[in-house]
Amino acid sequence: MTQRQIRILYRTCWTIALLIVAIPFMFPFVWMVSAGFKSTTEIFGAPTLIPRVWRWQNFIEVFTYQPFARQYFNSLYIAILVTVLTLIISSLAGYALARMRFAGAGLLMLFLISALMVPEEVTIIPNFFLIRSMGLVDTHWPLILLPVFGPQGVMATFLMRQYFLALPKELEDAGKMDGLSRFGVWWRIALPMSRPAIAAVAIITFLSSWNLFLEPLIFLSSLEMFTLPLALSNFNDSYGLPLWNLQLAATTLAVVPILIVYLIAQRQIIESFALSGVKG
Amino acid sequence: MEAWLFVSPSAIGFLIFFLGPLCAVVYFSMTEWNLLTQQAAFVGLANFKNALLENPDFWHVVRNSVIFALGLVPLNMALALTLALALSRPFFGVVFFRTVFFAPVVTSAIAWAIVWKFLLQGEGGFINQMLAIVGISGPNWLREPNWAMAAVIVTRVIKMVGLNMILYIAALQAIPRDYEAAARLEGASRWQIFRMIIWPLLAPTTLIIMVITTIGSFKVFDHIYQMTGGGPENGTLVLAFYIYQQGFKFFNIGYASALAMIMFVIVMMLTIVQVMLRRKGAE
Repeated sequence: MTQRQIRILYRTCWTIALLIVAIPFMFPFVWMVSAGFKSTTEIFGAPTLIPRVWRWQNFIEVFTYQPFARQYFNSLYIAILVTVLTLIISSLAGYALARMRFAGAGLLMLFLISALMVPEEVTIIPNFFLIRSMGLVDTHWPLILLPVFGPQGVMATFLMRQYFLALPKELEDAGKMDGLSRFGVWWRIALPMSRPAIAAVAIITFLSSWNLFLEPLIFLSSLEMFTLPLALSNFNDSYGLPLWNLQLAATTLAVVPILIVYLIAQRQIIESFALSGVKG
Repeated sequence: MEAWLFVSPSAIGFLIFFLGPLCAVVYFSMTEWNLLTQQAAFVGLANFKNALLENPDFWHVVRNSVIFALGLVPLNMALALTLALALSRPFFGVVFFRTVFFAPVVTSAIAWAIVWKFLLQGEGGFINQMLAIVGISGPNWLREPNWAMAAVIVTRVIKMVGLNMILYIAALQAIPRDYEAAARLEGASRWQIFRMIIWPLLAPTTLIIMVITTIGSFKVFDHIYQMTGGGPENGTLVLAFYIYQQGFKFFNIGYASALAMIMFVIVMMLTIVQVMLRRKGAE
């Protein structure tokens, strides 16, 4: 065999090996969609990739079993709100930590770094009593406040700070010479130059809010207030056993839109996680 | 002063929802407080004594958490590195594979656990139906403690390995190509290049990934909640789940707070190790 043929053979073997490894990564999504269309009897019969009978009804029953449309909307609006609030608060604080000298800056940094390390499970019990004393149990407030000011928000602050530090200072100095206030420099010069960091923070924050589970589980009790992950885990019959076809149909509805966005913007999304992973 | 206008939203929220609660949990951990009876009494270190010396559940939970970490971390890192080595250079299909291996990372843990629980059912589950074709009678995966633990570890690795994979890819791409070219001219084999050049250069990344993944493994909650609920026979009851169970199912606030403190100490120690290793790496 020539050198070239050996190379091609080598590449082919690798690709086949990778394809085999890829099965447990891809297959659950395929099977989820397929099972979401099946009837209860077919779901436990001989496995078929394409449903023998397409039971579209599952996707209607999902909405009658519990207020799924409302729950979907809850997840969406909370994730958007958390993302916007996190962006504003973290970019303000990140900018100050990167560019301004002020009393207490060192101490604040130290506190924020320690917050990065502490898992939310550690503070969740006192936070429960705090939220309860504010009368906010079974509202969406804890799902907004705790992530924005918790480890997720702190990580966003660090990401923004890191990015601001790397920006050329000259432009901001020029802005100041032209009479812009600190706030003006932040808004008109620093922020527009930080699009990659803003995108990374937005992507990671949105996804983590969308997938949040512990807080909804602890704080929410009425079905209309549920968010998607909590709603998904709630498709059970009166014995507590899963209603598989409905549960998988609902899971399909929750997962597929995210997957589509991911496929379109995969490069941007993967880069965002790489950026935050290296910092965190 | 102006700077405080910038940081005050962040700092105030941080005081209310993080620093305050962190101090409170220290106090809570030293009280006997059952939510059902609505009475709190200061008991000093009794909750810690209960956990560490008296309650057999605690050490069972620690054992589970350690097994989970010992299973997950090496498996995750070995797979992540292998995939990264295969996918760090451009070739036909590289984007496809990266996209596939990373897809579970953006998916909610609950959705992922729902689908795998479905696939792993004892009777009529897809995995067992496939095994039956090759003549293997598969176990009732999530109903037997050891199999359940193995299932939770493996499905968690598949869910999260993409994250470590991209960190490794970034580190591999930062290694100058000249190194490898020079070694190849000297007649080094692929394995020698990996062993003598790439692996040592990856060491800082490996250490960071190891600590991040270990901390993550101690925090795992939603995955286990949905897949096994801590069962069967408490076989997958790990620390984060135990805290939730004691605090929000049984309302043993004092005891659960003591557990939270113990978790805090474990994560803190891991983080200190990480910082020390990073310093050592920088020297």
